[in-house]
Amino acid sequence: MSNPHEDEIRARQKSRSIVMGLILGALTILFFVITIAKIRAGHA
Amino acid sequence: MTATILASPALPAEWRDFLALTKPRVMILVVYTAICAMVVAPGTIDPVIGFTAILCVTLGAGAAGALNQWYEADIDALMKRTIKRPLPAGRMDRESALHFGVGLGAFSVLMMGLTVNLMSAAILAGSILFYVVIYTIWLKRRTPQNIVIGGAAGAFPPLIGWAAVTGDVTLLPVLMFAIIFLWTPPHFWALALFVETDYAKAGVPMLPNVAGERVTRRQIGLYTIAMAAVVIAPWPLGLAGPIYGGVAIISTAYFGLLAAHVSFRSTATGVMKDVMRPEKRLFAYSIAYLFILFGALVTDHLVLR
Repeated sequence: MSNPHEDEIRARQKSRSIVMGLILGALTILFFVITIAKIRAGHA
Repeated sequence: MTATILASPALPAEWRDFLALTKPRVMILVVYTAICAMVVAPGTIDPVIGFTAILCVTLGAGAAGALNQWYEADIDALMKRTIKRPLPAGRMDRESALHFGVGLGAFSVLMMGLTVNLMSAAILAGSILFYVVIYTIWLKRRTPQNIVIGGAAGAFPPLIGWAAVTGDVTLLPVLMFAIIFLWTPPHFWALALFVETDYAKAGVPMLPNVAGERVTRRQIGLYTIAMAAVVIAPWPLGLAGPIYGGVAIISTAYFGLLAAHVSFRSTATGVMKDVMRPEKRLFAYSIAYLFILFGALVTDHLVLR
């Protein structure tokens, strides 16, 4: 049986990982859109 | 620094604690004034790049807030208002806060420099360093004028927003900086007069505690006079039109009335139920005032230019 303290640690690590994943996903999209905007500006 | 050893937390900090470290409520003014400056600045900016610039300003402000909480964990632990923050409450260790603040600050400046322009990145870096090094570490615990210096730190966003669009800084963004800089002391000291703070307990020399209520009231009046001159200035200088001029004169006249009431009152004593009502009124109006003023500048620009 797992220790409740350890469960809490795992739960916090999991929620932090989810938030970090979402932030990295959002940044990936943002960098892609920035690249498109820069290319567009270069052709303007 | 008078270091207090804060116990290391038994559990890793939650993501909400990292968010709390960035002082999200303070960011509203930061983002609003930066956007206003971006709209008013001559020229155009790609909406994606504009969004990125605002994001960088927000992240930079968050980094400054995190580093401020990292350094002030010892005094935050002594004050009722701040004792529940992640570090004094023991939900996060100081090293995590330091790494988070430095990482976030470096990321925001790098992203600004790579995607927007170098001038806005340089001002953003300067504003973070000013807030953390000059205000938080150097002067906050040393001078009762600390709020004046802190006001300068909060006044940088219009410069950054303007520079994001134009790549330079001219007189109008400097005046926008000066407006926020000179607005901060009357705004904050009005609050300090009616809120019972425990800065004295924490050893922070806030003006009302060090110089007394009478001096604080006089300083509110003096800073309001200086602020009024700077607020009106863009109109006669031809940097803003009559919409801004009219709104600035009327809203500043009302600010002046409220500030005069607070300045010329004698030290409040007695057992009246709401003895600090003028101070509360000035504080509440001062928040709306800044939003009205910058809103008028944007309206003036969109309608008349």
